[in-house]
Amino acid sequence: MTRAPSPVPVAESAIRPDGDRRDGGHLLRLPEQPLLRHLVLMVFGAGLLYLLTQSLSAYNNFQVGEIGAFAIALAGLSVLTGQNGQISLGHGALMAIGAYTVALLMVHTHLNLVVELAIATLVTTAVGVVVGVPAARLGGAYLAGVTLLLALTVPLLAAQYGSIFGGEQGLTTTPPSAPGTINPERWLAWIQLAAALVVMVLLGNLVRSRFGRAFRAVRDDDVAASLAGIHVTRTKVLAFSVSAGCAGLGGALLVLSTGVVNTGEFPLTLSIELLAGMVIGGAGTLVGAWWGAIALVYVPQWSTSLSSRLSLGTTVAAYLADALFGAALIVVILAAPSGIQGSLRRLAHGIAAATTGRASPPNPPAALARLLRSADVPGGTRSSSDASTRSRDRSPDQVATKE
Amino acid sequence: MGLFLNTVLNGVSEGMVFAAIALGLVLVNRATGIVNFSQGAMGMMTTFVAYSLLSGGIGYWPAFVVALAAGFFLGAAVELIFIRPLQGKSPLNPVIVTIGLLVVLEGIAGSIWGVTSRGFPPAFSQRGLRIGSTRVAFSTFDLFIVAAVIVLMAVMIAVFRWTDVGLRMRGAAFSPEVARLLGVRVGRMFTLGWALAATAGALAGLLAAPISSFGPYYMDLNLVYGFTAAVLGGLLSPVGALVGGLVTGLCISLVGGYLGGNLEPLGALALLLAVLMARPQGLFGSAKARRI
Repeated sequence: MTRAPSPVPVAESAIRPDGDRRDGGHLLRLPEQPLLRHLVLMVFGAGLLYLLTQSLSAYNNFQVGEIGAFAIALAGLSVLTGQNGQISLGHGALMAIGAYTVALLMVHTHLNLVVELAIATLVTTAVGVVVGVPAARLGGAYLAGVTLLLALTVPLLAAQYGSIFGGEQGLTTTPPSAPGTINPERWLAWIQLAAALVVMVLLGNLVRSRFGRAFRAVRDDDVAASLAGIHVTRTKVLAFSVSAGCAGLGGALLVLSTGVVNTGEFPLTLSIELLAGMVIGGAGTLVGAWWGAIALVYVPQWSTSLSSRLSLGTTVAAYLADALFGAALIVVILAAPSGIQGSLRRLAHGIAAATTGRASPPNPPAALARLLRSADVPGGTRSSSDASTRSRDRSPDQVATKE
Repeated sequence: MGLFLNTVLNGVSEGMVFAAIALGLVLVNRATGIVNFSQGAMGMMTTFVAYSLLSGGIGYWPAFVVALAAGFFLGAAVELIFIRPLQGKSPLNPVIVTIGLLVVLEGIAGSIWGVTSRGFPPAFSQRGLRIGSTRVAFSTFDLFIVAAVIVLMAVMIAVFRWTDVGLRMRGAAFSPEVARLLGVRVGRMFTLGWALAATAGALAGLLAAPISSFGPYYMDLNLVYGFTAAVLGGLLSPVGALVGGLVTGLCISLVGGYLGGNLEPLGALALLLAVLMARPQGLFGSAKARRI
């Protein structure tokens, strides 16, 4: 079978090396060097988030902290899917592994919180390697099947070894105590948001590094990538284990909010919600992970209030959030595969083009890919007719002589 | 000895159900080259259709046939509405859509029929057969499962090998461009592949319902075991799917019987990872040479 030509639509939203420079140029000039640029953005983001947490109530701070935790897991998933072209249906389970690890450490030891979070991240990364090495032998979509099995395995394992993991009651943890007179919810949100910003900088640098280029090369064409000297399996495993580590850290940070980790906390639907959040935000973009995290925290809440306002039955209400995420997955992929962030970026380009009075810069690789795609679509009788109408538009004379 | 025999027999009938799901996954993978994660959920929907008919007083076999027909049309509709518009783009996109479909279908079933699992009648008695003086854990219904899945596989092989439409389907999957030039309606062949796969899924749903706790989520585990079976069999071969199903069924039945039911998915995961390490092309697949 012929392989569909890439770049792929999910990938179109991926961070392009020239993307930021083009639209950010006239507003404020960020440093060219990626690490420096990301650090400047981090300080800027930290300032914004500090002002936000200062102005919010305790409950809203609690939710902002959760957004930070989810953003970490989603950013990892986004790098995996958007940059490396693999799907994971096990990120909920990987979050559970991070969550259980940090809860066990908090219950049994008295380590520094940072050390505990680091151990949870390392443990999940190791699980990522164990699952990732065999799964990397199959195509990108097959990782989804293996990780789906992982998503169903982890909660049952926790139930099987109830004496260690606390069974259905789970493990209860005490939230980190805030120093001085700082509000505990605000302190917690700071911890979670600080971790999220650090992860964003690390991931931002990773995707701009040679590893990130290897991720994209493998995503677009693994045969070409291996001809260029990239170790395809190693690259896939690296992408998945980094992504798994992010999920573990996200899960560990989430435990700090919930204070309890049990078998019901991380069902299969969480993994699918994470995938939905990532796709909605925009696969491959780190900013998109924040949009997705906002959706993950607020959509269940909205759907609960919506179903009580519409006085839907309790059975419908229980399913509404899940069904909304599932429907969003389908609609976004069909209508706007680059998600919120990709759509916003396109809008910004359009506005910039309109205000400067020139057409938006053409994107030769994308245009070329589109042309190739329309000429070589497996399974579309449409494609051949498209191609013929296009050729007719271009050279009416020739067609006229033929007719 | 008795426990071992019964565990093995149990594994055979369960494995046949996984094989039915794996056959559906193989059909879709052959037709359109993607993994259909809504394969189980589609079977769940059609089984609920049969359940509604049965509750309405209609006999088992009419409901059985209606469920299979519903599967055929559901599969065709899904391909036409959701998968066709994504053809030729990233291979990940249709896979993500099938994952979304899985959740939406479960949500629809849950809001119509509720979360609680309920009993689904078997086609035949589920009382264990008597061999000599001992009763073994293998019933007439289990026999029916084995027969039905073997027939399904045989029909699939026969259609692909000896019929004109089977040849067209293979051609469309092998080389869409050439097939189209030779006059094959490639799009229609893809739709047909999905429709047949969903029919196999409907059969799997009907066979699995009496031996699982029937409810909106009962096909989740069956789907992942079916996926394990399909990967074991190389994802392209019907015989591989059947053997993969049997191996998976025996593995999880032995793990469940001797180590505890909660460890069954872990057993399947270990089996899957071990096979991927040893033979990534599956037990039945041949390493595919790829042109560069």
